[in-house]
Amino acid sequence: MNEETNLLIKPREVVVPGQVLAKGMDNLPSDGTYREGEEIISNKLGLVNVDGRVIKVISLTGAYVPKEDDIVIGKVVEIGFSGWFVDVGSANDANLSLRDVEDYVERGADLTKYFDFDEILIAKVVKVTRFKSIDITMKAQGLRKIKGGKIIEITPSKVPRVIGKQGSMISMIKEHTNCEITVGQNGRVWIQGSNVEDEILATKAIMKIESSSHVNGLTEIIETLLKEGTKK
Amino acid sequence: MIDKRPDGRKFEEMRKIEGKVGIVKRADGSAMFKIGDTVAIAAVHGPRVLHPRFLQDPQKGVLRCNYDMATFSVSDRKKPGPSRRSTEISLVTEKSLLPVLDLSMYPSSVIDVFIEITQANAGTRCAGIVAASMALAHAGIPMKDLVSAISVGKVGGRVVVDLDKEEEDLESFGGPTDIPIAYTPKNGEFTLLQLDGNITKEEFIEALKLGRESCKQIQKEQERALKEVYKEKGK
Repeated sequence: MNEETNLLIKPREVVVPGQVLAKGMDNLPSDGTYREGEEIISNKLGLVNVDGRVIKVISLTGAYVPKEDDIVIGKVVEIGFSGWFVDVGSANDANLSLRDVEDYVERGADLTKYFDFDEILIAKVVKVTRFKSIDITMKAQGLRKIKGGKIIEITPSKVPRVIGKQGSMISMIKEHTNCEITVGQNGRVWIQGSNVEDEILATKAIMKIESSSHVNGLTEIIETLLKEGTKK
Repeated sequence: MIDKRPDGRKFEEMRKIEGKVGIVKRADGSAMFKIGDTVAIAAVHGPRVLHPRFLQDPQKGVLRCNYDMATFSVSDRKKPGPSRRSTEISLVTEKSLLPVLDLSMYPSSVIDVFIEITQANAGTRCAGIVAASMALAHAGIPMKDLVSAISVGKVGGRVVVDLDKEEEDLESFGGPTDIPIAYTPKNGEFTLLQLDGNITKEEFIEALKLGRESCKQIQKEQERALKEVYKEKGK
């Protein structure tokens, strides 16, 4: 009935672990929170998000936590009998099985012919088990081995900001710099342009977004940055 | 009994505290905690793959703490490298942090916590725990509560909070008693309790009571420091 009165925090407030967010049974704990008796308590450092009755805390820092359907950029670190192991920046390496490759791989074939050590892949997460073993696939549109260009790393939690609403931010950067850019959900960004200057400008813009992701009117700031950069 | 502490503090008063989060750029989470002249820096790396493999736990993550003192942190140069003392402190730090951490999300991986004491004037293990707790929160590890820690004890026949080096070496009135404690203010649990020296039951209870109050103050400082990280960027 009276949901608001039990909330002890304002939406989008920064909370710390152990902070009581709400009292009573009107609200439901979600990611980053837990219930103890009558109280809902944060167990992470982050921003509170209140959606109806559901309270969750969105983490602003920390390593990448894989989710299904994420597009990630990873590096081949190990080759086994039945596939590749790819470092995607999370706690465990991801599995790329033979079945999840576009080409048909014959039995006993030399797997380095397809993906060699240290090669960089754009892949999609298909499954994350409870024990955090991660399966990725190369069988979807746009997934491939990448060559050339550069890769920069940003904090994974800032990725949505870099992409923007319906991809507005990233398409603006692409437009101004004529670079091809792929943003992995794991915080790795691949940039390839026709010349180095363009790549540097795109890098600058993305780094700017990361460092000032909390600022209002970020789109305008980035737009001026890009316009100034292209003038020179 | 002494009527005044060597540095003029009240018996239940601790030294000046200051926390700062996000000071090690390459770490996933980091923090600094200063109490008087004692300075501890903690850096958290991970969750990352744990090697050697036999140490891995397929059901939950492993916490690995490493406490070390810089060679220049004390007046007589400290020999670098691990010692009997630092191994013990690493272990008690680990045990005092584990009860609040939820590592079920990170099976087969490790969270490394490195604590470096850059300046020591007693109470280093407590300062280390406070810094490590902030660094873990900064690294985005789920935890029930922040852990705060302080040393309490008896100096010159009086129950006091936060002993400094001078007080720790005071031999009058039966010698000093040092009780480092770690406390989780939310559910009121002690996660570290060591005792070095002599103390009566009544004094011990009194000391813990004072320690609890100080820990609550430390937690406020931890909260402030953690929230500060995002305030700066918001401007």
